[in-house]
Amino acid sequence: MSTEVQEQETETEAETEPAESPHQSRRMEQKRQRAAQRDLEEEARTEIDDAEETVEIKVFRFDPEVAGKEEPRFDTFHVPFFKGMTVLDALIYARDHYDSSLTFRHSCRQAICGSDALFVNGTQRLGCKTQIADLEDHLSSTIRIEPLPHQEVVKDLVVDMEHFYDQMEAVEPFFDADELPDGELEEQRQDRENREKIKMSTRCIWCGACMSSCNIAAGDNEYLGPAAINKAYRFAMDEREGESRKQERLNIIEQEHGVWRCQTQFSCTEVCPKDIPLTEHIQELKREAVKNNLKFW
Amino acid sequence: MHEHDVLVIGGGGAGLRAAIAAHEEGADVAIVTKLHPVRSHTGAAEGGINAALRDADSWEDHAYDTMKGSDFLGDAPAIETFAKNAPEEVINLEHWGMPFSREDDGRVSQRPFGGLSFPRTTYAGAETGHHMLHTMYEQVVKRGIEVYDEWYVTRLAVTDHDDPEDRVCHGCVAYDIKTGELAGFQASGGVILATGGLGQAFDHTTNAVANTGDGPAMAYRAGVPVEDMEMIQFHPTTLPSTGVLISEGVRGEGGILYNDEGERLMFEYGYANNEGELASRDVVARAELTEVNEGRGIDDEYVHLDMRHLGEERILDRLENILHLAEDFEGVDGLEEPMPVKPGQHYAMGGIEVDENGETCIDGLYAAGECACVSMHGANRLGGNALPELLVFGGRAGAHAGGRDLGEAQIPTGQSAKSEDEDVDTPVAPGAIDTGDEDVAADGALVDPDEVVDHHVDVEEQRVESLLEKDDGVNHAEVRADVQETMTQNVNVFREESNLKEALEDLRVARERYQDVYVRDPSRTFNTDLIHTIETRNIIDVAEAITLGALAREEFRGAHWRAEHQERKDEDWIKHTMLAWNDGNPDLYYKPVILEGEDKTYEPKERSY
Repeated sequence: MSTEVQEQETETEAETEPAESPHQSRRMEQKRQRAAQRDLEEEARTEIDDAEETVEIKVFRFDPEVAGKEEPRFDTFHVPFFKGMTVLDALIYARDHYDSSLTFRHSCRQAICGSDALFVNGTQRLGCKTQIADLEDHLSSTIRIEPLPHQEVVKDLVVDMEHFYDQMEAVEPFFDADELPDGELEEQRQDRENREKIKMSTRCIWCGACMSSCNIAAGDNEYLGPAAINKAYRFAMDEREGESRKQERLNIIEQEHGVWRCQTQFSCTEVCPKDIPLTEHIQELKREAVKNNLKFW
Repeated sequence: MHEHDVLVIGGGGAGLRAAIAAHEEGADVAIVTKLHPVRSHTGAAEGGINAALRDADSWEDHAYDTMKGSDFLGDAPAIETFAKNAPEEVINLEHWGMPFSREDDGRVSQRPFGGLSFPRTTYAGAETGHHMLHTMYEQVVKRGIEVYDEWYVTRLAVTDHDDPEDRVCHGCVAYDIKTGELAGFQASGGVILATGGLGQAFDHTTNAVANTGDGPAMAYRAGVPVEDMEMIQFHPTTLPSTGVLISEGVRGEGGILYNDEGERLMFEYGYANNEGELASRDVVARAELTEVNEGRGIDDEYVHLDMRHLGEERILDRLENILHLAEDFEGVDGLEEPMPVKPGQHYAMGGIEVDENGETCIDGLYAAGECACVSMHGANRLGGNALPELLVFGGRAGAHAGGRDLGEAQIPTGQSAKSEDEDVDTPVAPGAIDTGDEDVAADGALVDPDEVVDHHVDVEEQRVESLLEKDDGVNHAEVRADVQETMTQNVNVFREESNLKEALEDLRVARERYQDVYVRDPSRTFNTDLIHTIETRNIIDVAEAITLGALAREEFRGAHWRAEHQERKDEDWIKHTMLAWNDGNPDLYYKPVILEGEDKTYEPKERSY
């Protein structure tokens, strides 16, 4: 991703630059003109005229295959503000009323599916959980919405999550008890304290905000990263798995690109939308690793 | 073309459970899902998983509570299979490492839920679904099951026999969202639809944006009847501004509902003198809206749910997630203030008609989870019964497709199970306008699996191409918003004939406008405009099925309240509403409810709480 992006200011509606292919150019132009006459845009204009307050969002745009969008740029949209409005609401409004090609992931809009982690005013946040009113000067300045940094951009605000998923899978993220209790309907007993110990680590929604905020992960593509290490913590600290499995887990996380890469900058902990103490979990695993066999890289 | 033994469409709870079960039978399984599995809406379930685990409890009691909860519209073989198998499924999850909340002795905790005669709801805080989804996805990773994530299935590949019951499903057509490539998927053992809810047919819903009823719509158009679609559950406690769910666990732990006068409404106005806040969901939802309609609502819109008296320690131990939701989405501190709540669309009791092995009337096509109707929830689902349902019937569908003999099903499927045909007086002709290339072409020639899949890929290729090529027209978002609005206005908790007819007329207009829909984004890369456009067609079809069913059912049963029909009419209406597509013209007919269980017959009784 280029860091220098062209900024393009437009009034309310996103514009696209003239296309290189005449056919595509004609189609895009026609689509744009017809769209401008649509009810939804008229509705939006009326709503904006009637709104006591409006918000301006500046959204990163990029599409590798559409003429005029293959150079990254920003589009600006004005949306009517209402109490309780989130960054995701503003994006949906812009998409549904102005430009249906505006692309971003979202689904549950209640901070559990983890698909709408974005870079909002320079911080990794979940769009659905971020109230516009909580952003400083939201009514007088523009809210800047970008894809998660340090990830490859697929289109607009959508980033490629494959690397993130690969790192999550590298820690063997599945429960593996040494032995199960006799009797099919017997539970493995777990102390309440032990459940408390792992509780925060099990809340991870795989949004990738932590990984994107981490300087080390940005510089070292092989670093397991905070999310995957937290996943390893979740199993290593679960008393229902036996000692030998724990040993194997420690072997994974104390490898060269494992816990020892962490420089305790706390950025992951700061951005985690689920308040998981990621940095602390990494340090605790470092201590376990030290107790384990004193291997430093 | 991609080839597997078993294809699972959808990566939520039912899909993951089905994939694991099929894998355990030795089948080569793949999951095709429009979201990455951990993004699925199962993750948003909060309350818990019902299962008779304790000595003082029994599966028979669980079955009875479920039948009563269903207002005697559930089928006994489904309900008994469910109640018997739920404990094993919960213990399975526990053995897979699920972080359940625990008792002092280290066993999984259970709590009371609405409509249950025993506190049999196991849970993990107020984020049970999240933990269940992740636990099962971990097992999918462990087993190396192939996952095609961000692939959107747009069509089933079904043979073109005249009679749906002669048709065979050989696979599906899916669209790689990242690249725009369409591909055929062939499955020799079976295709399992596990696409989840259809809440996006309404505008105030707890459902995710992805819950667009793709499974029921695709199966319906391929010839599988949809069952009891009118039975939509409205959850009594959703946040007014967003529809975000506040778990029944709050009431299970002792949360209280108050009206604007500060009265404990469930008792004050006699809505449920015994169970109060823990009456079943339909009862509580109507109580709240009655308060609002009679001027005792807060801001004329909602009521208060108060949990402050439970104390900080208990709230943090069992309901912490609720504090975050109330804070993040409504700006309310649940430790200091009561939370605003109102009913919102939550769950579809009806869906794709299947038997207790997950099979539809089309050979090789299965369905499980919320998109399916076994039927075990009948006219009202009990809180805490959705998660065990998708475990039990997802597991059975997967095992059956994977080759295990589950015995002959007792629930008949297909039109041969019909009891009577019915005509319903509609103001407009329902159904497709221009079916064109949408339907199963019926000349009986297309039966070879490869050819069938290729043919359907070609049809979808044309459909996508024409949507992308079209230069102007209607934006799907307009059509979708109109559908959601009319459904919420007219097919909500309280239903009247005139409103239902108005909804049908609005849906007809939506269909007409949809004929002119176009996709503005010309890109093949991650084209969400295209996906939403295809989804919108599915939303129209399921919305119409819901409305037709609601108009036809002239009685008051469970979640289905009718102004003109204020009683449950057991003599005429202990039967399932069925709709079959029939070349775009919905055929309405009925199928008898099975009240005979293995050892006992469930006698309909008045439902009081």
